[in-house]
Amino acid sequence: MGRRLAGLFYHRPKLQLGALLAAPMAWLVLLYLGALAILLITAFWTVNPLSGTVIKEFSLENFEELVNVPVYREIVWRTVRTAVLVTLTDAIIAFPIAFYMAKVAGRRGKAILVIAVLMPLWSSYLVKVLAWREIIAEHGIINWGLGPLGLHGPGEGLVAVWLVFTYLWLPYMVLPIFAGLERIPNSLISASEDLGASPFTTFRRVILPLVFPAVVAGSIFTFSLTLGDYIAPKLVSNEQFIGTSIFASITNNQPFAAAFALVPIVIVIAYLGVARRLGAFEHV
Amino acid sequence: MRLSKRAKVLLRLAVALALAFIYIPLLVIGVQAFNSSKILKWPPPGFTLEWFSKAFESESAREALLTSLEAGLVATTIAIVLGSLIALALGRRRFFGREAISFLVVIPIALPGIVTGVALSNTFTQVLGISLSLMTVIIGHATFCIVVVYNNVVARLRRTSGSLEEASSDLGADTWQTFRLVTFPSLRTAVAAGALLAFALSFDEIIVTTFTIGAGEETLPIWIFRNLFRPNQLPIVDAVAVILILISIIPVYIAHRLSSDEGGVGGRGGAGGGGPSAAPSAIAEAEATAAH
Repeated sequence: MGRRLAGLFYHRPKLQLGALLAAPMAWLVLLYLGALAILLITAFWTVNPLSGTVIKEFSLENFEELVNVPVYREIVWRTVRTAVLVTLTDAIIAFPIAFYMAKVAGRRGKAILVIAVLMPLWSSYLVKVLAWREIIAEHGIINWGLGPLGLHGPGEGLVAVWLVFTYLWLPYMVLPIFAGLERIPNSLISASEDLGASPFTTFRRVILPLVFPAVVAGSIFTFSLTLGDYIAPKLVSNEQFIGTSIFASITNNQPFAAAFALVPIVIVIAYLGVARRLGAFEHV
Repeated sequence: MRLSKRAKVLLRLAVALALAFIYIPLLVIGVQAFNSSKILKWPPPGFTLEWFSKAFESESAREALLTSLEAGLVATTIAIVLGSLIALALGRRRFFGREAISFLVVIPIALPGIVTGVALSNTFTQVLGISLSLMTVIIGHATFCIVVVYNNVVARLRRTSGSLEEASSDLGADTWQTFRLVTFPSLRTAVAAGALLAFALSFDEIIVTTFTIGAGEETLPIWIFRNLFRPNQLPIVDAVAVILILISIIPVYIAHRLSSDEGGVGGRGGAGGGGPSAAPSAIAEAEATAAH
């Protein structure tokens, strides 16, 4: 039986291809793309405000609401602002450590640092958010440290959200920058130095332009992960973000949640377009 | 690179600060788990192991753990099959639509988890009329785990040449024998690494899970999330968190072994087995975990 089946596929590449792809394509196209398509359609439905039932008729109501109600505009803007801020902070924290790993540390030090940066990636997301919740708590370590100085920590709120996101996505920024720096040949840096450039000039004129696409590649993670997250904001603030708003409307108004879910998709696609132009996909 | 002494000192300081930023929160939660007081207070007034024994005794935590293991194992199995099939199809072939398929595989992980969550929950409840259960969670998890297995296997296929398979069929082996005796052995560790990542991803996932889980069910992340808001339970959650941090060392160790066992083949990373080559595999991991 097995032999006969094998014989059937012998020298028939199209048949082989079809057999290999049938199941996975059924899953990804029918189930996943299908679900995304339905999401798109649902976004144009509405909910009867009295009975709560979904009216399956085309309407632009959800989108009008998203555009016209100032609260939603503010939520989108706040989310994007946070995502940009988190991305910049991560880049600033990640660069020195990635640089040290790639160009300064010895073989052993490099291996240890890679593991040290990687390790938190494997530990639970919720555990990390929980840790920050306890750090910023009223009787947490921040206020304990600041208390004697007469200061008070940020507590729950936007600053906490910024800190937690920066913390959560930092490894996603370190690793691409590290890989990008590893790809720069040391001879290039030596050449720059031999030609009389100061370390700062070498950094600015040689290293930075070459590693910039890697920074952009890392920023894709930090930016789009921040955009869709709703657990962290919920745990360390009372602020509304895109994610929290979608979650809040999913039970009562699924069509509106669907329409709102299209917002991060559009923003991520736009961001990917910019990233592509900046060369983020060339080596990754 | 030649750096001045001062630059080196500053750089080391920045590295130390970054590492402190990464590890202090994990240490803080480690200390809190032994806090003898139920109320969160720093520094903790005393030391206790009570919360760990309570965590082990907690029926709901144990059930949630089992649910998570079940979801993770089934989703990973589906991802291994589908991800490897796509990798075998795309790995060494050129055909029309190839780029589109490789893009399609990545979408579930590239889009924010909340989009996948809303899309699936919406389809299940509104269109298909399926009520949410552990099954729907598994479907959601498998969807974004496929890419992880695919990435690992396709990277391996690209690094090894097809000449071994050609030799095998020249020597008279049929398609199935070639796969069983030549192709599969060379992919085994890549599949294992992908499976490990897929499982870790599923085990930790909460966003897609909250949208697709049935009313009566709880995975471990959902259990943690719900109990966070119950002041009485918080110390037990801290203890569970510490256990999870310790458990997370296991996959790091296995991943390390998988990539170092490969030697010349280069594991999941680039050429050569040592430290620096960990970078590409690290990126693969980063991409993988990005589904949250």
